[in-house]
Amino acid sequence: MPKLTLADLVKIREKTKRTTEIREGGDYRAKITVHMGTCGIAAGARKVMNAFMQIMEDKEISDVLLTNSGCAGLCSKEPMATIEVSGQAPVKYIDLTEKKTKQIFEKHVLGGDIVKEYALGIGSEKTDY
Amino acid sequence: MTEKNKDKTFRIHLMVCAGTACVSNNSFEIKEALEKEIKKQDLAEEVLVVTTGCNGFCERGPLLVVQPGNIFYQQLKLKDIPHLVEEHFLKGRPVEKFMYSPPEEKTPIPILSDIDFFKKQVLIALQNRGLIDPEKIDEYIARDGYRALSKVLTEMTPEEIVEEIKKSGLRGRGGGGFPTGLKWEFVRNASSPNGGEKYIICNGDEGDPGAFMDRSILEADPHCVIEGMLIGGKAVGASQGFIYVRNEYPLAVSRLNIALEQAREYGLLGKNIFDTGFDFDIKVTRGAGAFVCGEETALLASVEGKLGEPRPRPPYPAESGLWDKPTCINNVETWANICRIINRGAKWFSSIGTETSKGTKVFSLVGKINNTGLVEVPMGITLREIIEDIGGGIPGGKKFKAVQTGGPSGGCIPKEKIDLPIDYDSLSEVGSIMGSGGMVVMDEDTCMVDVAKYFLTFTQDESCGKCTPCREGTKAMQQILTRITEGKGKEEDLDLLEDLANSIKDSALCGLGNTAPNPVLTTLRYFRDEYEAHIKEKKCPAHICRELNTYTIDEDICLNKGHGCDLCRKNCSADAILGEKKQAHKIIQDKCIKCGVCYDVCNFGAVKVD
Repeated sequence: MPKLTLADLVKIREKTKRTTEIREGGDYRAKITVHMGTCGIAAGARKVMNAFMQIMEDKEISDVLLTNSGCAGLCSKEPMATIEVSGQAPVKYIDLTEKKTKQIFEKHVLGGDIVKEYALGIGSEKTDY
Repeated sequence: MTEKNKDKTFRIHLMVCAGTACVSNNSFEIKEALEKEIKKQDLAEEVLVVTTGCNGFCERGPLLVVQPGNIFYQQLKLKDIPHLVEEHFLKGRPVEKFMYSPPEEKTPIPILSDIDFFKKQVLIALQNRGLIDPEKIDEYIARDGYRALSKVLTEMTPEEIVEEIKKSGLRGRGGGGFPTGLKWEFVRNASSPNGGEKYIICNGDEGDPGAFMDRSILEADPHCVIEGMLIGGKAVGASQGFIYVRNEYPLAVSRLNIALEQAREYGLLGKNIFDTGFDFDIKVTRGAGAFVCGEETALLASVEGKLGEPRPRPPYPAESGLWDKPTCINNVETWANICRIINRGAKWFSSIGTETSKGTKVFSLVGKINNTGLVEVPMGITLREIIEDIGGGIPGGKKFKAVQTGGPSGGCIPKEKIDLPIDYDSLSEVGSIMGSGGMVVMDEDTCMVDVAKYFLTFTQDESCGKCTPCREGTKAMQQILTRITEGKGKEEDLDLLEDLANSIKDSALCGLGNTAPNPVLTTLRYFRDEYEAHIKEKKCPAHICRELNTYTIDEDICLNKGHGCDLCRKNCSADAILGEKKQAHKIIQDKCIKCGVCYDVCNFGAVKVD
């Protein structure tokens, strides 16, 4: 490794930050939850998760939180994901494929426009009475 | 992280604590098990396992923090790992039973920052704890590492650096509390005889019983100490630094050496750093564990390869230090504060803390406390907040009695002073010192005479023997204390103790001797009645000094509740207990060696101690 210049230092900082920023909490512009119950995994949720990860890596995006949770209850429509753009209501997408994943990421996560043809509905389930 | 994975993104980072406490609780095995299970579940491309330095909540190790989400798992066992990996990392269902529940409550708290232990802490010196792998310089750089160095080398003159540190109000974290900027100015202005060399030293000779602040910083974030020293070198005009660290800290030594090697590879140590003409390198010197070597002049002698003995000051090291050259010695935690001050400014730093003590202080919280661990708190926080909120109170429903700060050089602060705001000056007003940050909590079962004897025995043992007051004086004090705890104390002993303490304080050669009487003086000041009970009534109120205890058996309880279970007699090694099964038992006082075993084994509380 040759000696670092000031510019190299900044480069290393920015590059490493992209991979470590996830540890810091902070503000995310959107949160993607892939539903990974047994049903989801069987229907291909792992592929959907990997597709989201690949897109984020390719685009060098670090301010979108990608996480997973259990079964969303509608096992016949898996794989499913919930997209929650900061300040907007969460949207559930059903019957996902890698191709749909890409479109949803471009239009909804980055652009803020819901991809209506793949969406199940807006909002959360009622959890208290 | 393998080289291949260096720039890859992962959706989950598992921050496994690999501080010394967690390592001794098998955190390396936990890490291996996690990696194995992650591979098995085919998650190796999605989940990254990172080893970090000390997280601080050592009581609950081995620890794992899951990011994003800050989810806190504790006291993990190898057999828990498959379940945890499948449930949480594969299926996204955090596992409650591995989370922390406060002692009084049943509901687990999932998020680290919601836990009382972490809530009141303010991290400056420990700002990278749990967030970076200390063996990866890139992760340090990602958290603004070496940014302060680039700033001082390209934008600031040495005078401006010194001025900034002066303005910040930072005082030495090793114990004395001398203003750091002022020390730097002295070294900067000192002229070096024949040749312009000056030296930077990092004092990592942490020797107080129960203290592990420096150790944890060196283990968790070695680069912040290195960067601080580089900045110090630029400020005072030095090109060589030494880190003096105890050889009993193998993990700290190894991580330091890795860090130094990586910094050299990047050209952050060596010649012409960032092409600014500034040269600096650092050597690690390992100490052999003599307590006195934490005293700066003894440390200098030890680095020079001589016997670690102190010498009179002045001249101070700033004027004539290592090989008689001007030398700037600061403690590990002081160095760890430097780059934060440069990055965020003196004004920010001085906005934290009290009038005379700025910033934060790292304490190792140990003793009779629920949450043992490493805590960093703003100056001015009260003892109550540290003990009750962060520390979670005293275990077993016992009452808080006193806290010892500053190790063997410090003093005992009684419960009446629990609302004392902690800073350099308030601690010295009550007769203690800040010290390097050991904080030993004591409950009602602690005998203060015994505590004073313990600390004095420690300093007596560690006294280098060079000056008479320390060598002979502490010995005499130790003999008096021993006699008191054995019930042979005389009424005039207390005055004699005080006399000796005050003369040692005034006449010893170095800090070790000057402060050695502090534990005795403070316990005499706040717990004189306990000393008097030992001397006049020949009783130890906490029943710690066994020779003063009398054990008896309440025959009624023994017979009616215990039905003469005979356990005490079976366990008595002195054959001092009479009785048979289903009969009341009795202790023959002449034969009793006061070992207390009968008291410990009795399940019915029939054995009484007085």
